[in-house]
Amino acid sequence: MAVAVEVANVTRRFGSVQALAGVSLAVEEGEFFGLLGPNGAGKTTLISILAGLTRADSGSARILGHDVIADYRAARRLLGVVPQELVFDPFFSVRETLRIQSGYFGIRDNAAWIDEILHHLDLTSKADANMRSLSGGMKRRVLIGQALVHKPPVIVLDEPTAGVDVELRQSLWGFIRKLNRDGHTIILTTHYIEEAEALCGRIAMLKAGALVALDTKQNLLSQFAGLTVRLVAARVPASWQGRVRRRDDRVFLIGIAHYAELEELLAALRAEGIAIDELALQETDLEHVFLRIMGAKGAPR
Amino acid sequence: MIRGAGWPTLLHKELLRFWKISVQTIAAPVLTALLYLLIFSHVLESRVKVFNGEVGYTAFLIPGLVMMAVLQNAFANSSSSLIQSKVTGNLIFVLLPPLSPTDLFVAYVLGAMVRGIVVGLGVFVVTLAFVPSLAAMPHPVWAIAFALLGSAILGTMGVIAGIWAEKFDQVAGFQNFVIMPLTFLSGVFYSIHSLPPFWQSLSRFNPFFYMIDGFRYGFFGLSDVAPATSLAIVATCCAALAALTLALLSSGWKLRR
Repeated sequence: MAVAVEVANVTRRFGSVQALAGVSLAVEEGEFFGLLGPNGAGKTTLISILAGLTRADSGSARILGHDVIADYRAARRLLGVVPQELVFDPFFSVRETLRIQSGYFGIRDNAAWIDEILHHLDLTSKADANMRSLSGGMKRRVLIGQALVHKPPVIVLDEPTAGVDVELRQSLWGFIRKLNRDGHTIILTTHYIEEAEALCGRIAMLKAGALVALDTKQNLLSQFAGLTVRLVAARVPASWQGRVRRRDDRVFLIGIAHYAELEELLAALRAEGIAIDELALQETDLEHVFLRIMGAKGAPR
Repeated sequence: MIRGAGWPTLLHKELLRFWKISVQTIAAPVLTALLYLLIFSHVLESRVKVFNGEVGYTAFLIPGLVMMAVLQNAFANSSSSLIQSKVTGNLIFVLLPPLSPTDLFVAYVLGAMVRGIVVGLGVFVVTLAFVPSLAAMPHPVWAIAFALLGSAILGTMGVIAGIWAEKFDQVAGFQNFVIMPLTFLSGVFYSIHSLPPFWQSLSRFNPFFYMIDGFRYGFFGLSDVAPATSLAIVATCCAALAALTLALLSSGWKLRR
């Protein structure tokens, strides 16, 4: 498999803020790659560097082998970007918007593909409506359409479902999955951990401009394998004190490796005569992994 | 898919942009020029002598107003398009595709030139009713050359202002404190020979003076400065501003952070 996106030692500083502190990663062709991180982690800066909207202070970025600065024409033809902000040109209709965006890429015979995009994004009935008259969700879909007009092999979506209702989110997920199945490499940044968990094969986590995790979803999950017991009681047995991950007054989160350990915990509680007010079991999910990684690892500033 | 150049589409978009609001972008400036003509010609026709009385004041004023419309509208087009796109954020649609700095420059400046010349033609056609003899231009090629170069210069200045500004008021400031003084002190409304010597010599540092003086030569065969000299000065200014603008676009200054 060829490398779709390659970022090497990229740094970028805005005034006193180190937005990216030497990030390196490679995304292979056909991957569905997630880029996670809290606000200000550097996700959008990294994407802007790939798209040529921001220039790195040092390091390099390539799209399918084409440097985003030295060979920007080829790099930009291979890349489709859905920006985070809900931007549009109020002078034009949906179809005009897509036609103009095609033209910027030098493509003028694009009516059939534009019709297909409109169909897939459920915008056919709004094709001749002015952009101003569209709802937020529809504008978001037009932005996705604009990123696809030139049939880019690599597609970057910067928080595509921010502020989108549940129904539309599901339909966008379906559409993005289809793009990936059709062979497009997808890079998705998101705040919604369940979105990354549902869609992405590999996930990178950024914190304060540094890469703090980069692995397959399965490996990330197994790294923090096990179960969490949420126990509400006066105290935990003395022998279990070291297993408490978090305590909030009478609520204890206790890590156990497997279900058999639950029996041991219950036996210890009985032995010390501790009454159980509430008890629940939680499986490890990506959100749990994310919080653990973000909480545990510092990053150079 | 057939892949060609992207700039013709950007030019087309620039033209559609002002065409869709043509009442504001074409009709309004034509009306403004007409009001200038009505008021100034009424007040000054019998009082101001230009070119030693060889040309009536109203006839003298019309080419000045036409050129003023060309210049101001060329500036307005590129500057307002860029600042609107920056403020609303849709400039990203132009920055993501493989458009080169030259592509951006050509499209924005040609769009500005078309708007300036369309408005200038509108002013000319409307004001011709006052002095029909102006239609018989002795040197139309000179007038066309100055209109093209003048609109290119102001279109380029509009691109610079649009790149530099971050807010609408900054573009308005550029227009009010740079473009307007240079236009009004360029001889639109008077011949610089009617000015005191100090102001006469100061006017010679204003490139707008040469644009308007050269443009007027096309209508009367008379000018304050030899038209070839004016053309050389205007062409040099145009080349210098174009080089500056291309350098700004290539550097990504204020566009690609």
